[in-house]
Amino acid sequence: MNVAKYNADQLMSFYETMFKMRRFEEETFEFYKKGMMAGLAHLYMGEEAVATGVCAALKDNDYIGSTHRGHGHLVARGADISKMMAEILGKKTGYSNGKGGSMHIMAMDKGILGANGIVGGEIPIATGAAYTAKYKKTDQVAVSFMGDSATNEGTFHESINMAAAWDLPCVYVIENNLYGISVDIRDVTNTPDLAVRAKAYDIPGVVVDGMDVVAVYEAAEKAVKRARAGKGPTIIECKTYRWQGHHVGDPAEYRQRRSETEKEDWMERCPVKTLKKEMIESGKVTEAEVSALEERIEAEIQEAVKFAADSPYPDAADAFSDVFQEGTL
Amino acid sequence: MKQIKYAQAVCEALDEEMARDENIVMIGEDIGFIGGNFKTTVGLMEKYGDLRVKDSPISEQGIVGMGVGMALTGLRPVVELMFSDFLLVAADQVINQMAKIRYMSGGQANVPMTIRCPIGAGRSSAAQHSQSMQALVAQFPGCKVVVPSTAQEVKGLLKTAIRDDDPVILFEHKMEYNKTYEIDDVVEPIPFGKARIAREGKDITIAATSSMVMKSEEAAEKLAKEGIDCEIIDLRTIVPLDKETIIESVKKTGKLIVADEAHERCGIGAEVAAAVADEVFYYLDAPCGRVNNPNVPLPFSPALEFPLIPSADKVYDKVKTYFK
Repeated sequence: MNVAKYNADQLMSFYETMFKMRRFEEETFEFYKKGMMAGLAHLYMGEEAVATGVCAALKDNDYIGSTHRGHGHLVARGADISKMMAEILGKKTGYSNGKGGSMHIMAMDKGILGANGIVGGEIPIATGAAYTAKYKKTDQVAVSFMGDSATNEGTFHESINMAAAWDLPCVYVIENNLYGISVDIRDVTNTPDLAVRAKAYDIPGVVVDGMDVVAVYEAAEKAVKRARAGKGPTIIECKTYRWQGHHVGDPAEYRQRRSETEKEDWMERCPVKTLKKEMIESGKVTEAEVSALEERIEAEIQEAVKFAADSPYPDAADAFSDVFQEGTL
Repeated sequence: MKQIKYAQAVCEALDEEMARDENIVMIGEDIGFIGGNFKTTVGLMEKYGDLRVKDSPISEQGIVGMGVGMALTGLRPVVELMFSDFLLVAADQVINQMAKIRYMSGGQANVPMTIRCPIGAGRSSAAQHSQSMQALVAQFPGCKVVVPSTAQEVKGLLKTAIRDDDPVILFEHKMEYNKTYEIDDVVEPIPFGKARIAREGKDITIAATSSMVMKSEEAAEKLAKEGIDCEIIDLRTIVPLDKETIIESVKKTGKLIVADEAHERCGIGAEVAAAVADEVFYYLDAPCGRVNNPNVPLPFSPALEFPLIPSADKVYDKVKTYFK
C-alpha cells in the first residue's frame, strides 16, 4: 500500500469508513446470532477497501447500483447507519420501513438505486442512471457494483455493451471474492481475471488489489474521471475475499478445497488492519488519534444498534402501502 | 374528427407527450431509423434526435433495466418491446425490478416508466410472436396493465401511461396497427381504472379487452338483429380493474361474458368472473362465460391458427348459448 502521497485527513477518512463498515457488519452478525434478525444478511467484512476506495472517488450526487452484499456500499456513501440497522431488523424506522430488509436496502438520498436480490439485476439499472446523466448533461457518474458471479449474467454483457457503444458515464466494479455461494469462480470461468472482458467492449479493464484501499481509490478516480469526461465506461476488478460465508450462518467449508488455509491467508491481509498499520507507520497519524476515531465510530455504532433494537415494528397494515402511488390497486 | 391509422395514433401520443415533456426518452429495437417494426415511431428520431429516440441492440433485459435506471433518476422512459412475447426475455427487470422497487424502497423511489408492446395472433407469426401477455403481468403487484381498444383509446391511454408516476405496461394490438379509425382532433389522457361502455344494452354484458372490444361490437350488431341486446364494456385497464362498472352492468343484464385474447387458463376472464361472483352472485342468472385463445400455443399455419383466434363469430356463438 502506497500511502506516501496522501495526507492524514485523507487516510483517516478512508479508515473511518472502513472501520465503520467493519463494526457495522460485526453488529449485524451479532443481531443474527442473538436471533434478533429475521431472514439472512450477506456481510461485507473483508471487502471494505473496495466500496471505500470507489466511493471516495465520487461526488455526492453520483449514483450507485448495489448488490445483495450492499451494506458496505451504503456506509461508504454516508447513509444513516441507524436507519440501515433498523431496516435490517425489519423496523418501521428503517430506510424502507421494513419492506426491503438487508437485501434491498436503499437510500435514494445518497444516490443508492437499490441493493439487489437478483445477481446482476443492478447492472442495467445503474447503466440507465448513466444514460440520464448523459442525456441531461449533468456531469454525474453511475457506479455499478457487482460480485464476480454477476459477470456471468446476461445483464453484464447487455449493459456494458450499450454503455461502451454510447460512451455512458458508468463504472463497473467487480468485487471478485472468488465464490458465488459455494461455486469457485475459477471452476466456472475460463479467465483468471474477469476484467479482461473489457477487451470485448473496447474499453479499459483494470485489475486491482481489492485489499488495498489506496489502489482501489486510484483506479476508481481514473475511471470516474474518464466517465465524467464523456469517454465512456471502465471495468475495475477488485480481488478481494469475504470473511464470512455467502450469508450469515454459512460455514463456507467449500473454501478449503484448494487450500486449507485460504481464508486465514486472506485474513492476514485484512484491509482495515493494513491501512491502520500503514497510516501509523508512515508517521502521518498517531495511534492515539486512531483510537480516538475508533471510539467515536464505536459510539455511533452503539447508538445505531440501540435505535434499531428500540424501534417499533411496522403495523401489519403497512404492508399495503407503497405498491403504487395510490397504495394498492 | 379525423381518420388515422391505429399506428399513427400511437405515434401521435408519443409525439405530443415528447413535445410537452423533455424528460420523456424512448428506447427500443428498431424504433429510430426505420420508425418501428410496426411504424409506431415514424419521424420521431428525426424530430427529437437519436439520444431521445434510441435504437437499441437486441438486449431486452438490458433496455428494460436501463429504463428502470432512467426512471429512478428523473426521466420518463418509454421502452418498446417489439412483441409482448419478449417481456419474458426481460422478465427479471420487468417483474423483480420495475414493479417492485417502489415497494422495496418503502416509497423512497418512483419508477415512472412505460413499456409498450404488441399482442395478438393473426399474422402466422407462430408460437413466440403471437402471444398476449396481459394476464401474466397482471399477476404481479406493482405495475399497471393497460389494454386499449381503438385508435382514440390507445392515444388517450398511452398519454396517461407516460404521465403516470408508476410503471405501466401498455399492450397494443398488432392486428389493429394498420386499421383506420375516426378519432377526435384533440385526444386528452384517459384516466386509468374507469371502464368505457362501448355499447349500451340490457340482455347480456360482454367485458372485453383490446381488439376483443371491436370484435364484440361486430358480434353485437348481428345479435341485435336477432333481438339480443348486448352491453359491451371496454375494460381499458386490467390493473386497476373497474369492477364497479362491470358489476353495475351485470346487475342490469344478469349475464356476463369476458372476451380477451390471452389463453383462457388463469386469465382475465377467470379474474372478472370471480370478482362478479364475489359481489353480485345472486344477480347472475347463468354462469359466467369466457372467450379466449384455447390453452395451446399459437401455431404457424393459417389453417391451424385462425380457428383458434377468438373472433366476432366466437363471441356471437358464445352469446347465443345464453339465449337458446
